[in-house]
Amino acid sequence: MSNMAANKDDALLSVTDLRKHFAVKGGVLSRVVDKVHAVDGVSFDIAAGETLGLVGESGCGKSTTGRCILRLIEPSSGGIWFKGADVTKMDATALRSLRRDMQIIFQDPYASLNPRLTVGAIVGEALTIHNLVKSRRAHEERVVQLLETVGLQADHMRRFPHEFSGGQRQRIGIARALAVEPKLIVCDEPVSALDVSIQAQVINLLEDLQEQFGLTYLFIAHDLSVVEHISTRIAVMYLGRVVEIAPARDLYDTPLHPYSEALLSAVPIPDPTVKRQRIMLQGDVPNPINPPSGCHFHTRCPIAKPDCATRVPELRESRPGHWVSCHYRG
Amino acid sequence: MAEPLLDIRGLKTWFKTDDGMVRAVDGVSLSIDRGETLGVVGESGCGKTVTARSVLKLIDMPPGRFEAGQILWQGRDLIPLDETEMNKIRAREIAIIFQEPMTSLNPVYTVGDQIAEVIELHQKLSRKQAMVGAADMLKLVNIPNPERRVHDYPHQFSGGMRQRVMIAMALSCQPKLLIADEPTTALDVTIQAQILELMQEMKERFGMAIMLITHAMGVVAETTQRVVVMYAGKVVEEAPVGALFGDPRHPYTQGLIRSIPRVDRSAGRQARLESIPGTVPSLLNPPPGCRFAARCRYVMPACTQAIPPLKEVAPGHKVACIL
Ligand SMILES: Nc1ncnc2c1ncn2[C@@H]1O[C@H](COP(=O)(O)OP(=O)(O)OP(=O)(O)O)[C@@H](O)[C@H]1O
Ligand SMILES: Nc1ncnc2c1ncn2[C@@H]1O[C@H](COP(=O)(O)OP(=O)(O)OP(=O)(O)O)[C@@H](O)[C@H]1O
Ligand code: SF4
Ligand code: SF4
Ligand SMILES: [Mg+2]
Ligand SMILES: [Mg+2]
Repeated sequence: MSNMAANKDDALLSVTDLRKHFAVKGGVLSRVVDKVHAVDGVSFDIAAGETLGLVGESGCGKSTTGRCILRLIEPSSGGIWFKGADVTKMDATALRSLRRDMQIIFQDPYASLNPRLTVGAIVGEALTIHNLVKSRRAHEERVVQLLETVGLQADHMRRFPHEFSGGQRQRIGIARALAVEPKLIVCDEPVSALDVSIQAQVINLLEDLQEQFGLTYLFIAHDLSVVEHISTRIAVMYLGRVVEIAPARDLYDTPLHPYSEALLSAVPIPDPTVKRQRIMLQGDVPNPINPPSGCHFHTRCPIAKPDCATRVPELRESRPGHWVSCHYRG
Repeated sequence: MAEPLLDIRGLKTWFKTDDGMVRAVDGVSLSIDRGETLGVVGESGCGKTVTARSVLKLIDMPPGRFEAGQILWQGRDLIPLDETEMNKIRAREIAIIFQEPMTSLNPVYTVGDQIAEVIELHQKLSRKQAMVGAADMLKLVNIPNPERRVHDYPHQFSGGMRQRVMIAMALSCQPKLLIADEPTTALDVTIQAQILELMQEMKERFGMAIMLITHAMGVVAETTQRVVVMYAGKVVEEAPVGALFGDPRHPYTQGLIRSIPRVDRSAGRQARLESIPGTVPSLLNPPPGCRFAARCRYVMPACTQAIPPLKEVAPGHKVACIL
């Protein structure tokens, strides 16, 4: 399945059959009684310089996938190849240099910023760790430059995270990620805390940086309009699995998987005069501890047939570059 | 006209910092009627959250302080109330959902305990009954396997699930006003649609009013009746939702509306998104006159002389711009 990028050799990052299970403890003795199948066999490639959007229901394993790629959490199994090296086998030294090449912008900007450090220290930390600046002066100049790049001001340097609004904190996280000039950035909801005009600035910024430095992004977000705008291709996840991967515009124009279809129909349209038909998904969000058999989506799928509950659909290429995992679509 | 449910008048909430006074909320007036959904939008850092927290007096003082203004809740000013009285209002009348679920859920208690505590307090039930109620609330916000998940701790939930837990907690006291600060930013659109529907239902069932703070302009368009636009600590425009999208008058609002990416008529990556150049002025020493002047394409000398007041330009449509 690793031929999902245009060409395997182009792949900067290649994820194969990635799995992450979390142990769930229970009972009086707090023994491990169950496993959450947070990521349940995910594969995709990202070519250098491209942006792969990752969307899907809350709790479907997007952040977990992103964190596994950087080894911020240990994957249970599967392969993660970055520039031809197996990330899952890296030791501490190799990991440290990996983090110069790969950065993450976190979903929760508050929880991911150390409240005891000033903004200057947070943004500048990596410069020191990786020995990227020669003098204190250069350090400070670079920090100011980074803050200004993301639309903050030099005088914010001495302040602490709690003194900032949600969106401002998110920009601090972006400045921190940019500090080491990485090749790949996992952007986990980087703009959802931002108002639309700042959001537009940050997206334009991410696109400019991409053009300038050939950056590659894995872009996780809920806002499908934003994802469509920034992504080259988009992967849709449902309950730990990728159900569809396609070039961005293709996915919007002709979604194949019934879940993708529902997702797209739920996007609110910023125009009070437009009323549209929404596919409301019926049924409860399934439990990832005990995911439905066969196709994970069969409990809520409007077109499910009896055999969907027994046969697992494979992700297959339905037309060039457009992959879908459904028995009855594509 | 009947008295509004909440009527904020000339509120100023400032913060003392080492560098000087941050005028986070600097003369905000807005009101919400019973059963109404008011949208509050505006540039990140413009004071939406501080306004919301001020209503419940959840601002740390110091460094914060109320410099001026009134917060009339059903006609009664909340600012002079003491903690005991405020706690009654927080538990029974006004609920708030925060932007950052992780900081408002207590990491050392299970989510069931946290929701049950609210239910216990509000409905005077035993802990055991309240736990059942907590599971019901989790079910209502579509958390799978609720009977089991009540025993889990916040870190065991995904970002979106934590947000739904917060919503469950806020709705369990059947408030008269729900202040929802970015309630759905962490949620995917299908869950977002369900949560908005749930809020709508609570609104119809209990006549709950909602103050919805959000960046998601699509959500504003679909769920609110009236919208207040804030910029740098001030209200710059207030309008019925149709007028706001169809006929925005303030140059900032116009820029905001133009920045919205649209799936339904996308130009894809070829086109750059429009954005408003420049950044918000520092709230430490806000410039005199209109705070948007440095970024406004229509700026003229008079703009920087005095702060333009909010003026009614059409019924229910107010704008703070000298144009
Ligand atoms: N440390 C953990 N222990 C147990 N379960 C976990 C842990 N972290 C995540 N999970 C579970 O793994 C699943 C996937 O979580 P993840 O955070 O990856 O979702 P997500 O797709 O990023 O969702 P969201 O859009 O809400 O951020 C969820 O069911 C979550 O409850
Ligand atoms: N404790 C504090 N000390 C100093 N300044 C503060 C404090 N809390 C908030 N501020 C400042 O007040 C301003 C308003 O913040 P607020 O959180 O209300 O913004 P917001 O409109 O909610 O933004 P966002 O959309 O990004 O959440 C910001 O400029 C912020 O830096
Ligand atoms: S395989 Fe069956 S249940 Fe799954 S998406 Fe396709 S039709 Fe629906
Ligand atoms: S008052 Fe002047 S600067 Fe302010 S928005 Fe209006 S035209 Fe622009
Ligand atoms: Mg996530
Ligand atoms: Mg806020």
